[in-house]
Order: sequence, then structure tokens, then C-alpha cells
Amino acid sequence: MRTLYKFHGGVHPPTNKDQSNQTSIKQAALPSKLIIPLHQHVGNIARSIVKVGERVLKGQIIGRPEGHLSSAVHASTSGTITATDTEQVAHPSGMPDYCITLIPDGLDEWMPLEEHDWQSMSHTDLRHKLRDAGVVGLGGAVFPSDMKLYSHNQKITTLVLNGAECEPYITCDDLLMRERAAEILQGAEMMRALLYADNVLIGIEDNKPEAIAAMRTAVEAGKHERMEVIAVPTIYPGGGAKQLIRVLTGIEVAAGVRSTNMGVQCFNVGTAYSAWRAIRYGEPLISRIVTITGNVAHPQNFEALIGTPGNELVAQAEELSGTTGYIMGGPMMGVLLPSKQVGVVKATNCLIAASDKLFPPPAPAMPCIRCTRCADVCPSELQPQELYWFSKAKNLAKAQDYHLFDCIECGACSYVCPSNIPLVQYYRFAKSEIWAQEASQKAADAARERHEFREHRIEREKLEKAEKLAAKEKAALAAKAARPLQSPATVTIPNADPENTIQLKIQTAIDHAKEQAAASKPKNTEQLTPEQLAQIADIEARRARIREIAKAASEGPA
Amino acid sequence: MLNALLVMALIAASLGAILGFAAIKFRVMGNPLVEKINGVLPQTQCGQCGFPGCKPYATAISEGAADINLCPPGGDEGIQKLADLLGMEYKPFGSETAPKAKSVAIIDESTCIGCTLCIQACPVDAIVGAAKQLHTIIASECTGCELCLPPCPVDCITMETITEKITNWKWKYPVYALTPAKYDSPAP
Repeated sequence: MRTLYKFHGGVHPPTNKDQSNQTSIKQAALPSKLIIPLHQHVGNIARSIVKVGERVLKGQIIGRPEGHLSSAVHASTSGTITATDTEQVAHPSGMPDYCITLIPDGLDEWMPLEEHDWQSMSHTDLRHKLRDAGVVGLGGAVFPSDMKLYSHNQKITTLVLNGAECEPYITCDDLLMRERAAEILQGAEMMRALLYADNVLIGIEDNKPEAIAAMRTAVEAGKHERMEVIAVPTIYPGGGAKQLIRVLTGIEVAAGVRSTNMGVQCFNVGTAYSAWRAIRYGEPLISRIVTITGNVAHPQNFEALIGTPGNELVAQAEELSGTTGYIMGGPMMGVLLPSKQVGVVKATNCLIAASDKLFPPPAPAMPCIRCTRCADVCPSELQPQELYWFSKAKNLAKAQDYHLFDCIECGACSYVCPSNIPLVQYYRFAKSEIWAQEASQKAADAARERHEFREHRIEREKLEKAEKLAAKEKAALAAKAARPLQSPATVTIPNADPENTIQLKIQTAIDHAKEQAAASKPKNTEQLTPEQLAQIADIEARRARIREIAKAASEGPA
Repeated sequence: MLNALLVMALIAASLGAILGFAAIKFRVMGNPLVEKINGVLPQTQCGQCGFPGCKPYATAISEGAADINLCPPGGDEGIQKLADLLGMEYKPFGSETAPKAKSVAIIDESTCIGCTLCIQACPVDAIVGAAKQLHTIIASECTGCELCLPPCPVDCITMETITEKITNWKWKYPVYALTPAKYDSPAP
């Protein structure tokens, strides 16, 4: 029996998972339209490569990854692109972002798929394929998976596969492990090979006995010798990456350090499954398992296409009246969607139809009484009451001193707060304020550098100009000193003072101009046609006549 | 008595020598306070404070020749920071200066004649172009100082306020609407 470790704090909210894990995963019906955001992952937004009116096939790439940290976006089904514009997306701000709207044609026609055997591919190719297949972390962080599958900087000993699923209501990983355990393990085997990891620990909370059994059977059936399925105690937030690593390995990931520096990498079970599908069958990430629960008649899990409007998906579980909105994610960390129509994205693990009965409006926040219950439950061992105090006072530097950025926003502190203070909202505010300040400081530093360089450049240009002028003058003087020996004829100025250098200079300039005029000839005077010659003669004659007239006119009055 | 005096004199002389040496050896070039103040200023180099750039303004503040409330792009926060740094009282903006929203210059490229005047005016080299070639602003480098507006002979540059987008969106400070408490009317 493996010894398990404990992390600090944690809470036991009602799990509410039984509602949705009773039936198997159902294929969601093809929606009337798909709104596919181009920015569903951490990193740079994908660049749209389709035009309005274009027909695309299922799995066809419609957004190319841009830059180092990015991921591709694909058409979830075959159909016609009707818009490449901004639409409201699944983001707490409720603001629009770039989306591609696709009207399905109902044929669901796949593009030609390339099947691969990962064992015969180079690791670089594998990572490229994952990037082009748009595989990102499906646990909710949506970090591009290819970027996490490097091991050249440090030795990875353990790959942790996260099937804990600690958030209440969500059962998508549970059902995935029950039904598709073998494929998850194939994906994990591939990831293990990419990381050169020694073993794979699969952590599943003990409130999912069916999933644990299914995974154990699959490990045995697939002869995955280096894998171990471990039941971990059910405690929120036991599914946080740092927390699960702590429970399984005893390693505490220090502040500001990545788990990879300590030899552990962590992936969600859904990511392993998608990575496997992407390589083995060439299927990009165009669908995911979404739990539809809450105020619906038949809570269950759907395999939904990315971009499916939330209301069309929830309708398939028969939304009940009294639904006020949808929560994406669980009740602890999830965000209220800005509207019911926004599309499912790669981060959408669950949609909870919220109602006043399920989630009554929070009681008014009361003053903090410093009971420190929040500190008792904080899984990051922070002092939430202090962080609250500093964030509320906008004392951001102090909040950072108290390790605000180690907060994983799990909401355990808000959950136990007897004064109903929405603590996490204060932390989110403080974090984004600090990021904004850092960004503006960076911009100011860049501007100062550019300004200083510009000043320096102007100064340098002035200096160079002066030097050039001095050199020219020096050369001219030297030339003048050399000239009298060759051409004393220059001194032909009437009543010129040989000491008067200005007159001399002017005269040399005039001579120079004359020389130049004599040297330069009109370029279009050769090989002329007889007509052109006649024209020239005509013009010359006219000029001579004008000169004569002018002469006569100037002499006349005199 | 004499010994004591001699010892004291010797100590004074040697300490004086050390101090004198240190003053030369560890001399700080320039005023370090100017750098600190300059670090707080927003570096738009706009000259709206009446000084030709952020550093001259910082120098003026350090010499006590200028007030701390003259920087519109810095906003109230900037004044607060300067007040904290200098141990001064916060001072609101005067009647003539007001905080300004961050903005970015946009060149209407169909009107631009390629005269390069704005390029010469830009304090941070954020405009690209050449004589008789279209000019354009590098938006990420533009500080919104508006110095390119007056020299443009065809008025093809406009300032656009930077609005909140999904990429620069911030979580809001939690504010709750107050709801009046309900009292049950006392039974008659």
C-alpha cells in the first residue's frame, strides 16, 4: 500500500456528482451553429485562415497557432463559415473576442485523417502534431500540451495523471475514465515516453469507485507496468495540480517554482485521451466531454463539439424553468457566463444551469472578524484574511509580500467565511491590478529607453555632421593649397583683393558650377528623327528672335 | 592635557582625511533622486507638464522648482506615487491640468503625404516611414503624447483612447449594491 501525504486545509462541500454520473456519455446533437473562439488557450491567439463563405471539413484547421506559445483551432464539423468577427465568448468579462461562426451542413464530413504510430515518430514531430491538433490542458487551465512535454531542462521522474475531479457537480473526467480508460492510458504512455518519466501515478478521488476500477482493469489489461492507479481521499481542492502532486508524491512545489523543476509533470486525464486521439487517429481536439447539470431534468455528460452554443447543449438535458444563467466550471471556481448563447470552449468541463433554488443569492458580506477559518482551510498555506485586508485597501505591494500569487483561487476561504466575504473576488481584483501595473511599468521603461536612445542618436548625428563638415572644409583647404600650382588662371576677378577669401570662395564656386554645366549634356539629344531636328531648329530660331526683340526693347528707351 | 588634545586633533585629522577621500572616491554622479522620480513618471515624454520630457520634469521636481501635480498622463495615481516617494502631501490636479485617459495616435494613411514631420516630433521613435512614403504608428510603442499632432500639415493624425478589451480587461473591485433592510411592521 502506497503512503499518501496530506496537504494543508481543504473543505468538504457537498459533491453533487450523483445527479450526472448515472448515465453514459451521450453524443450531443449537431447544433444549428458553432461559435468557435480563436483564443481558447493560454498564449497567443490563433490566426484565422478561413474566409467568410468558405466551406470547411470537420477537423480542418481554421486558426493557425501564432508564435511560441499557442495552439491551433479547428472546424468542429463540416459546413460554411458565415462570420469571422468578434462575438461574446466564455469569459468573465462578457466582452467579445475573435470567433469563427460555422453553420454545419449536417454531413459531418471529416477531412482526410492521418493515422500515426507514436512509437515510430520523433518526439519533435509528436509535439508539432499535438500543437497542430490544438491539444491543450482540459482540466481548465488550457495550457498548450506540447509546451509541457519537454524534458531536456530537467529530469522528470513522475508523470501525474489527474483524475481527481474535486470540484462539486463535475463528472466529465469520471465518465471518461469509466468508458475510455484504455485510450487514456495509451495517451499517458505516450506522454511518459515524451517526458522520459519513470512512472505514472494516476490520482482519482475515492468518491469515484467505478472510475478507479475501470482504470485499474485497463492498466492490467494493457500491461502498463509503470502505471499505478491511486485512490486519493475526497477533499476539495485535492484536484489542484500542486495539491495532487503533494498527496501522491509528498513533494511540495515551492512558491514560484514549477513542478517540473522538482521532477513531476501533471496532466489531466482528458488531455491524455485527446493527445492519444490526435496522434493515433489524427483527430484534432474538436470535441470534449461536458457535464450538463444543475437545474435540468436529465443531468448527464455529453460529448459536445467545440463551439456548440451553451443553450443548445443544455436544452438536450431539458433545461427547467427558473434557470437564471449558466456557470462554466464548478460552483467553487466556475464563472457565470455572460449569456446563455456563448459557445463551448476547450476549457468548458461543465455547464451548471443555475437557479435561485440551487444557488441562492449570497447573503450580504459582513466585516471580517479575523476568525482565521480561511487560513485553516487554505490549501496554499496563505493568510487569506491578511490578503483580503491588503487587497481591499489596494495595498498591492503588501499583498504580494504575503504571496498573493500563490493563491490558486480555489474558493475554499470564501466557502468557510462566516461573514460571507467574497474573498476570491478581492484576490482576483488585486492580481489583475498588479498585472496591469507591471505592464504599464514595462511600457514606461521601454518608452524611456527609446526616448534616451533617440536623444543619444540625435546627438550622435549632430556630431557626425559636424565632423563631416570639418573634414570637407579641411579637404577643400588642402585642394586650394594644391591648386595655384596647376591653374593660376582662377585669379581673374577684376579688382580682386587676393586677401579676400570670400570672393575667392565665391569665384571658385561659380567656376565649379560652370564646369559642371559644361560637363553635363542633355541626355535626349542623340539619335533624333528628322522631325525632332526640325522642331529643335524651329525652337532655336524662335529663341533667337525673342532675344533680338528683347535687345531692341532694352536699347530703345536708352 | 596636551596629549589628550593631540590625540583628539589626530583623530579629527584622520577622520577628515577618510571623509575627504570617500567624498572623492565614492562620489555619486548626478542626483539619484532624479532617477527615482523619473522611474515613477509615465515616460510619455509629452511635455504637458511644461518641461521638455519626463527627465527634465523629474529634475525640476527634485530641485523643488515644479509641483508634483503637473503630469496628466500619470493621473491621480501618479501624484500619489510621487507624494509617497518624496514624503509630500498629495495634491490634486490644478484647474488647468486634468488626468488623461491613455490613448494611441492613429495616422489616416489615405491622407498622409509622407512629409516626415511627425517622425521628427515623436519622442520615442514610434512612427515609421520615409520621405514621400506612408507613415504609420507602431501602436505598441506609442505613448499617446500627442506631440505628432501639431506638426502634421494635413491633420491626418487622430488620438484614439485605449478602451477596455478582453486582452486588457481587469477584474473589478468588488462592490455590492446596498439593499434596504426589511422591517416587519409591529403588530397593532
